[in-house]
Amino acid sequence: MELLLDGFATALTPTNLLFAVIGVLLGTAVGVLPGIGPAMTVALLLPVTYNVSPSSALIMFAGIYYGGMYGGSTTSILLNTPGESSSVVTALEGNKMAKKGRAAQALATAAIGSFIAGTIGTVLLVVLAPNIADLVVTLGAPSYFAIMVLALFAVTAVLGSSKLRGFVALFLGLAIGLVGTSTGQARMTFGEAKLADGIDIVIVAVAIFAIGEALWVAAHLRRKPLEIIPVGQPWMSRSDWRRSWMPWLRGTAYGFPFGALPAGGAEVPTFLSYITERRLSKHPEEFGHGAIEGVAGPEAANNASAAGTLVPLLAIGLPTTATAAVILVAMQNYGLQPGPQFLDANPELVWALLASLFIANTLLLLINLPLAPVWAKLLQIPRPYLYAGILFFASLGAYSVNFDAFDLALLGVLGLLGLAMRRFGLPVLPLVIGVILGPLLELQLTQALAISQGDVSTLWSEPVAVAVYIVMALLLIGTIVAGRRTGTPSSELEDEKQEVSA
Amino acid sequence: MTSRRWSRALALALAAVLVATVSACGVTRDGTDPDNRRLRMMIPNSPGGGYDLTGRSAAQVMEQDGLTGRFEINNVIGASGTVAMQRLLNEKGSDDVMLLMGLGVVGAVFTNRSDATVDRATPVAGLVAEAEGILVPADSPFQSVDDLVAAWTADPGSVTVGGGSSPGGPDHLFPMQLAQTIGIDPNDVNYIAYDGGGPLTTALLGEKIDVGMSGLGEFQGQIDSGELRVLAVSGAERLETVDAPTLQEEGVDLEFLNWRGVLAPPGISEEARQDLVDLLTEMHDTPEWEDALERNGWIDNFMVGEEFEDFLIEQNNRVESTLKELGLA
Repeated sequence: MELLLDGFATALTPTNLLFAVIGVLLGTAVGVLPGIGPAMTVALLLPVTYNVSPSSALIMFAGIYYGGMYGGSTTSILLNTPGESSSVVTALEGNKMAKKGRAAQALATAAIGSFIAGTIGTVLLVVLAPNIADLVVTLGAPSYFAIMVLALFAVTAVLGSSKLRGFVALFLGLAIGLVGTSTGQARMTFGEAKLADGIDIVIVAVAIFAIGEALWVAAHLRRKPLEIIPVGQPWMSRSDWRRSWMPWLRGTAYGFPFGALPAGGAEVPTFLSYITERRLSKHPEEFGHGAIEGVAGPEAANNASAAGTLVPLLAIGLPTTATAAVILVAMQNYGLQPGPQFLDANPELVWALLASLFIANTLLLLINLPLAPVWAKLLQIPRPYLYAGILFFASLGAYSVNFDAFDLALLGVLGLLGLAMRRFGLPVLPLVIGVILGPLLELQLTQALAISQGDVSTLWSEPVAVAVYIVMALLLIGTIVAGRRTGTPSSELEDEKQEVSA
Repeated sequence: MTSRRWSRALALALAAVLVATVSACGVTRDGTDPDNRRLRMMIPNSPGGGYDLTGRSAAQVMEQDGLTGRFEINNVIGASGTVAMQRLLNEKGSDDVMLLMGLGVVGAVFTNRSDATVDRATPVAGLVAEAEGILVPADSPFQSVDDLVAAWTADPGSVTVGGGSSPGGPDHLFPMQLAQTIGIDPNDVNYIAYDGGGPLTTALLGEKIDVGMSGLGEFQGQIDSGELRVLAVSGAERLETVDAPTLQEEGVDLEFLNWRGVLAPPGISEEARQDLVDLLTEMHDTPEWEDALERNGWIDNFMVGEEFEDFLIEQNNRVESTLKELGLA
């Protein structure tokens, strides 16, 4: 505790505070812009490590990391254009809320949820970092494969009642995920080297969500009268609070462990959180029309995951995300080598970093909350201009990844797919999940089988894997039994309409 | 009314940003004065990676010492460098652009079945090299290279070898050439590709694989703490940072270096090429570059002219034959 207070003393010096502010502002900015992520930003700022003290630089980088997680949600909610892969799920309900005039509430629940998750995550980091780090490396490819299968299994809950349409969307997503080079062999790249690394999930999400919708609206603009987006309340109501706090906590519970796992990441926990909230909500009919739980949970999950990432990084010097990998390079530039002795050898630095995480979180809340009603006003722009802006913004983001017109063409083609999906009533969520999960599943499966040289029994050779399969079997039995007893619940019919309109 | 004002303010702000961006791009290049020449550098991988560190360090030294004007650095990401290589060839005749590349790009071009091979570009200079290391978990049964060679030759498939690069990359080429050297058919090597040093560390610490092959920079922490051991390093000389013998000391006749260098587009004049060579030679002689080498643990692998040209062709042919044997080229 005393160490933490010393940490605050270091982090609160004017210089370090300034770096924290720069970090969170930069992070928010790059989170907003699709295509430029926190990893690239930190990497481009690596040269500052030659001139700035280690604590200042690390404080700034941590600010960028957390800020990116906040910023990604803003455009997801307002413009249906996720800035980061971890905010893709937020767009589903967040943008629907915005369209109902509840953008300020969506932004507020995202900001507060991120704050709470980030804070709890940082506390867990302080408590757990020295202890659980050794555990995380015991999980191998078979365990990850089992977790991914469980996640894929969970997708069936959001297929909508038209299972056919749901599966079509899911398999479209898995097919897009197949593009790229796997185990040295090019697949569905049509001889195009630019496709060899696969299609970036952000490009897919922006195209399907933003471009698809802009085209869809454009196709109807003349026939349908313009719906005016109502001016909502500027602040969260008591019922919003009541409906948000449990999802915040549950989202944190998903996000932190996934962040701490070497192959966990931030995407899987966000949609697991979304699916859970959808299942548990007292207002299931609102899902697909802007349910606040569907924003609160995933946004908490992605920030908690960012905190979780720092556990293996600080405790055993193991970067689990691209951003963490670049932060590790920065530390090495200072001759700092995170690892088992790091916490003991550099207490001032580590505690200053942890304190700065608290500060970054608070700063982000202070910056983002008052801005929420301001951002929400953006939607009052007349729709033709608004959608022109969205198209511009989406294209800019796609182009800025590689400065290559090819990505724009890709964005256009996938945007047409998004339009077609809306025309034929295919839900978009299963597609996006397919694109995220497909490659992860495949990677873990091929890795497990390569290590075991084709022996399939390796898949249940790890205790965690076995436990996950048992959970899955129980869930399956539970679903079948529940389905028998109640028949088709009436909400399923509602579901279908929502999915069709989504 | 307020909403109008907001949208107008936003539009103004956007316009201001656009104007600023456009005017920044519009700064004219002064091509006449060599000390103020603007050059472009392409990096074939993402920021923070080995190519990126090398390229940006070199550019920074050249800028700071006033050897040239500002560098415009562009990360051309895709297919482990194949996209960047293709773009360099498309820039035929441009004398203001260079590509930082290395062994991984040579291999990636083959595994991606691209015809943008490195021998079609103009060689400028070799810059740095890094030795690979053979890593095992602390309580691995392999205590020496001999143990590994014995177990590996007895049953090649039983030893799982992990590396931080996809097929065609240095961590893949090294175990394949090592296998060839000790008489194992590379097709029998059970190579598991991990996405960089982080996942490879996890696999080694969790003892999911038997051996890891990689540059050692990212593993220094685990090596120092004794969680990972280094059986040997692949260079001609030992590393200062790691207490491990070279392969040759251990009786394996292989020297393997993951090198990085600079290429220019095809079709530039001999004069233009010489300008770039002179620039990099000046860069190489600065104390700042000396610092960069030391800080990053890079081996000085500077070579220009015919020496680099021959080296490039030799590497290209060697990589091609290794990958051909594996059916990957």
